Amino acid sequence: MSNKVLVTATINDEEMSFVCEPRQSLLEVLRDVLNLTGVKEGCNNGNCGACAVILNGVLVNSCLVLGVEINGATVTTIEGITPKEGLHPLQQKFLEDAALQCGICTPGFIVAAKALLDKNPNPTEHEVRYWLAGNLCRCTGYDKIVRAVLDAAEVMRAEKQPV
Amino acid sequence: MQAFSYVPARTISEAAEILAREGDQAKCLSGGTDLIVFLREGRRSAKVVVDVKGIPELNQLSYSPKEGLTIGAAVPCHRIYNNAQIAAAYPGLIDAVTLIGGTAIQGRATLGGNVCTASPAGDSIPVLIAYEATCIVASRSVTKAIPLEKFFLGPGRTVLQPSELLVALKLPPPRPGTGAAYLRFIPRNEMDIAVTSAGVAVVLDESKTHFVGARIALGAVAPTPLFVPEAGAALAGRPVSDEAIEAAAQAARAAARPITDMRGSAEQRKHLSYVLTRRALWKAVERAKSA
Repeated sequence: MSNKVLVTATINDEEMSFVCEPRQSLLEVLRDVLNLTGVKEGCNNGNCGACAVILNGVLVNSCLVLGVEINGATVTTIEGITPKEGLHPLQQKFLEDAALQCGICTPGFIVAAKALLDKNPNPTEHEVRYWLAGNLCRCTGYDKIVRAVLDAAEVMRAEKQPV
Repeated sequence: MQAFSYVPARTISEAAEILAREGDQAKCLSGGTDLIVFLREGRRSAKVVVDVKGIPELNQLSYSPKEGLTIGAAVPCHRIYNNAQIAAAYPGLIDAVTLIGGTAIQGRATLGGNVCTASPAGDSIPVLIAYEATCIVASRSVTKAIPLEKFFLGPGRTVLQPSELLVALKLPPPRPGTGAAYLRFIPRNEMDIAVTSAGVAVVLDESKTHFVGARIALGAVAPTPLFVPEAGAALAGRPVSDEAIEAAAQAARAAARPITDMRGSAEQRKHLSYVLTRRALWKAVERAKSA
């Protein structure tokens, strides 16, 4: 049964049109249709946060959104956070602070942390931990991730200061 | 996932038409944090998924001290707790919407969905019952109001007919002297399903020394969220005191009829009904006094 639907959305600042079946999740569409494979599938039921994206400015799990639901919407994935050259401060600090091992959870953590810092550039450690409670990491034990987010926030605040 | 067709409905009547035609093979989609998982796992089936997020009435979030609070069935949690006026007027509701899932779930999950999923452990439900929430339900021909405590029939089952959809939840304006709270017991700090929970709302008199009345509801201790009117009645007219709150908490424990499952034993849940009711009542009293 093919009842494919045409969807148009702004993904990582680029207007894109694609066709998908209503039963395909946004996660499947991003990975399998649009080849944005930075977004990861972990649990596929909303528990782990590996598939986090920013949808119309709001952090969501892309496994719990249908591809057809994003018609007319704006989506940011890890690919959209990565600058054309070099790394985003969050990515840089995840590397420097050794905040990853296997890396499957990392795009979700960085997207979630980006959504936090967009809203709150100077979060407390408690706020970072609470915000990231929906992202699971089975390697690091979280402390290095929280440290990396706080360090990146500091870098990003300094970058915004007028010289 | 099973194949279905997708209709982004723009009006209540458009959605109601499809529900009337397709019956239980049409499913309303709001946040999708339950429905998409249910469809994927085969726990529900659908020929048509009706996206109700584009219907203005289901997206409405409005509060006034005169009219109270209207929460459209498709309003996600984050819109509720990011509204300072609502957060100030209904702190007990904020307790619930800030602990449903994690940030990414709160960005999508709706109270309408939480109510329609009808889990006995649904985190928004006990405190909504305490706040006297009413369900506004529409079909092709009729719109009706149902008190939330009368909405549930069993796990996953409600009075909602296949041809009906939930439009909104309406909460009356808090009376002067109101305080409310929601507490949940889980084995970790975030992201888990309630072992037991308690939602309470109290009204204190002008001197804030006596209870005028109270409403208390429990989660995960019965086949449905459980309204316990006798626990509230144990407080009416009594001084704000350990004795009165002890009596209400004991009434909550007596009313709980939990099962033993992977999350906790019946005995533990009975005990938690007592402890959480007592603690939630004190928290509600503090809020009523400082309001």
